[in-house]
Amino acid sequence: MRVIPSQSVEDAVAGLCVTANRHLPPDVRRAFLHRQAAESPLGRGALRQLLDNAELAGQLGLPLCQDCGLAVFFVEHGEDVRVEGLPVREAVNRGMVRGYREGYLRKSTCDPFTRDNPGDNSPAVVHFDMVPGDTLRISMMVQGASAEYSRAAMLDPALGAEGVREFVIRGVAEACRGVCAPMVAGLGVGGSFEWASLAAARALLRPLDRENPDPFLAGLEESLTQAVNRLGVGPLGLGGATTCLGVSALAAPCHPGTLPVALAIQCHSARRGQVTL
Amino acid sequence: MRTHALSTPLTALAASELRSGDVAYLTGFLLAGREPAHRRLLEDLERGTPPVDLEGAVIYYVGPSPMTPQRPIGAAGPSSAWRMDPYTPSLLEAGVRATIGKGARGPEVREAMRLHGAVYLAATGGAGALLSLCVREVSLAAYPELGPEALHLLRVEKFPVTVVNDPRGGELYAAPDLDAALRG
Repeated sequence: MRVIPSQSVEDAVAGLCVTANRHLPPDVRRAFLHRQAAESPLGRGALRQLLDNAELAGQLGLPLCQDCGLAVFFVEHGEDVRVEGLPVREAVNRGMVRGYREGYLRKSTCDPFTRDNPGDNSPAVVHFDMVPGDTLRISMMVQGASAEYSRAAMLDPALGAEGVREFVIRGVAEACRGVCAPMVAGLGVGGSFEWASLAAARALLRPLDRENPDPFLAGLEESLTQAVNRLGVGPLGLGGATTCLGVSALAAPCHPGTLPVALAIQCHSARRGQVTL
Repeated sequence: MRTHALSTPLTALAASELRSGDVAYLTGFLLAGREPAHRRLLEDLERGTPPVDLEGAVIYYVGPSPMTPQRPIGAAGPSSAWRMDPYTPSLLEAGVRATIGKGARGPEVREAMRLHGAVYLAATGGAGALLSLCVREVSLAAYPELGPEALHLLRVEKFPVTVVNDPRGGELYAAPDLDAALRG
């Protein structure tokens, strides 16, 4: 049994919060560069600004965006690892609070009813998975308000793939109201109601240029990306060919009487990061 | 698409020359505030005692990230503008000539812009670090008790914006083409 002190978890998470907020993921940067050619002068200008923004954020020690969002973590906990000291969830939360304070990141969490903001961005949203092995892998997503145009539904199973397709297209069109297009869309299909929502969020962790290992899902992702891009919203809503940088899907068997589906939206900068202990 | 260099206060003439789809670089002073500052501004306007001169004023919807020791302001990209829609027509009537945010405005705001010769400008959503660099100085304009949501005054140089709504009713944001996406 490998032992990891909880302090190491805390330190790693603090660093992860700062880097995920300051640095554009390299696959997203490549996608901006790649899509520039297809855009009008206004759309190209917007993508150029986002590329410049990424460079400046690193240099100035500022977050990419003032909306440093909810801090969402996916922890893959190896079965041969024991974290000693604080419970893992508490260590992650302490690291997040420190990272948001020391990194000059905006604190967002507020009470859903009173809207009071405790001012330290806690609690971190933490999802756990037990996995084989002796490592602890922590992935983080920064979910700004534009991520909250996400949605979940139980479709009539008879609607099938066509129903899923329409759900995604209408969902992205609605998300464009926030105008942080081009979006990245995570799609969860099947499983149970809560599985689909989590899968949609988890799907967003996959880099844009890494192909889905499931050939059916890879084809679905490609055709959905093309369909969504016909919406014509374009970068920052200025019109154009790039409304969505990519769709990333996960699927699981479901009950014959149901078709759970969830769409998780990320803004263009798709802020995320990962650390393995 | 034309490019303009604008300064504040923004004159009626300068605003009338803007067309949706134009690009502009603003130099001068922006009032920065969101819902809480807007609510207070409207209360003061009703009493006839606005705390700042609103003639030709430009309002930027922004909630910056915390200031770092090296900079006058943190990341400072635009907030969604629709949140300020309920307050905007009265402010345009009181002399505000431009607002800056991201995302489309409602019909009442578009109508008020036509009526008062005002414009709505978009800054690039998510370009918080880039836009922060255009902010040279930050001071408090009014309502210190609102903390980070107080009304601030930002001195900016060459702050980049795109004209979304012009005084003639021009609109840059198109509705998503659902038919094209669903049909293909």
